[in-house]
Amino acid sequence: MDIQIEKLTKTYGPQTAVNNISFDVKTGEVLGFLGPNGAGKSTTMKMLTGYIGIEKGDIRIGGKSVRDTDGAFKQHIGYLPENNPLYLDMPVMDYLEFCASLQGVEKAKIGSRIREMIGICGLNREKHKKIGELSKGYRQRVGLAQAMIHDPEILVLDEPTTGLDPNQIIEIRKLIRDLGKEKTVILSTHILPEVEATCDRILIINRGSIVANGTPETLRKQAQGNEVLKLRIEDGDAQTILKALNALDTVREVDLIQQDTNLFEVQSMANTSSKRNIFQLCVEHKWVLTELTPLETKLEDIFRNLTVN
Amino acid sequence: MHTIFTIAKRELATFFDSLIAYIILGLFLGFSGFFTWLYGNDIFLVGQANLRVFFNIASWSLFFFIPAITMKMLAEERKTGTLELLLTKSVSDRQLILGKFLGSILLVCIALLATLPYVLTVANIGNLDNGGTLCGYLGLLLLSLAYTAIGIFASSITTNQIVAFMTALFIGLFFQIIFGVLAQNFTGNMGRIFDALDLQSHFESISRGVIDSKDLVYFLSITVLGLYLGEWFLSKRHIS
Repeated sequence: MDIQIEKLTKTYGPQTAVNNISFDVKTGEVLGFLGPNGAGKSTTMKMLTGYIGIEKGDIRIGGKSVRDTDGAFKQHIGYLPENNPLYLDMPVMDYLEFCASLQGVEKAKIGSRIREMIGICGLNREKHKKIGELSKGYRQRVGLAQAMIHDPEILVLDEPTTGLDPNQIIEIRKLIRDLGKEKTVILSTHILPEVEATCDRILIINRGSIVANGTPETLRKQAQGNEVLKLRIEDGDAQTILKALNALDTVREVDLIQQDTNLFEVQSMANTSSKRNIFQLCVEHKWVLTELTPLETKLEDIFRNLTVN
Repeated sequence: MHTIFTIAKRELATFFDSLIAYIILGLFLGFSGFFTWLYGNDIFLVGQANLRVFFNIASWSLFFFIPAITMKMLAEERKTGTLELLLTKSVSDRQLILGKFLGSILLVCIALLATLPYVLTVANIGNLDNGGTLCGYLGLLLLSLAYTAIGIFASSITTNQIVAFMTALFIGLFFQIIFGVLAQNFTGNMGRIFDALDLQSHFESISRGVIDSKDLVYFLSITVLGLYLGEWFLSKRHIS
């Protein structure tokens, strides 16, 4: 099911939490929703899942406006809210049964769905315990299980991997990727490597507005500009190499980072690459090129550039 | 309807899983039993084979205990964030309110059923007026509907259970006593209005065995109004 968000706005008193944002998410796509605290991520998710009303704009789920469907759209959505609220006094099995029943899963299928979820989320040993007795990671798994219990077409996950151990994080990321092949997944997170590991597309919002929207590669390209190379050249004098590098016509700037090991950082002119020239240069002077690493702009840098102001 | 039952069933299960249900049932039975059988103007002092004394005492114990049942209904859901979990599933605000209401009413009904031994005892002592007893229970049920709705409303306006409890008692107090007192102190139209608002007089006329549509409308109006206001406050969400 596709989601279209059109000119969505939400204000709390004088504060605009979400300001006129529009984006689409298609079936088979995992969208990473990034932004600093208070940027409007959770508010957008709350509107999308039908917890709070839409003030201005519209959300279409599967082509139908959520304003018209009288809450029927909610059964297509699985939602893991922020902070993962749960009924701590309920046993895991009872809780999942309760959620399945509320989401309209047929009575005959509830049992098999619960077994499936307990298997996927690794809850088998804990299934008869009360949720309040579980550790944070296991509670998170219960939260994921309840979100997926009715096999929804859309999954909205607010920080799904908080509190999980590294093995579990890898499993859950893989699960999200697999789910994302057939379903529409929106996930918000603060963990940037997670976005790269799981998401097809990144949406960064700041102060209620979208500041970036695209695949990790396109965002990187936009942010990067010129090529930057880190290189180490041996068997030569640092100053000589520096001069020779500066003389290359594709090189814009050279920094000598470490004098004793001849480590340089080379920035090329716009839209050019200096890799071949550097190699030729080393061959000419019989220098040995022991390291040549293109420096990619990290997602952290993109995020900081767009959201620090 | 299915959703409402699911929510009500969970409420009941949670009640009986924790100690709350047993404490409330114990206190209710202890309180009304003590004053019905042992102390003050009790059944033996009246010397008649009817449960009028019990119905009067029970109306007071329900007045206190219903807010204790309803106080956590929405206040706690809102405080722990589970409200968001519920309302983003296929549950509308109205279904949630009705589910919570049904769950509370069922617990009250269980409490009332637990007083059936009183009826059997009195029926053994003398010639019990069956119609009158039935009407007495009907009166208690109607009164419970009204107080439960008020309690649900009180729980919908706050995240603090104590505040919900006190608010429900405060509103209930007007119906239980204050309107009656005001009715005695005013004459003319004001007096008539307060008299019409007084819950005790409506309750007494039913528990005497007179089922008047006026009394039914009175109790059901409070119930519907309470639930409607509860739904309205719930729909405002109050993001915390």
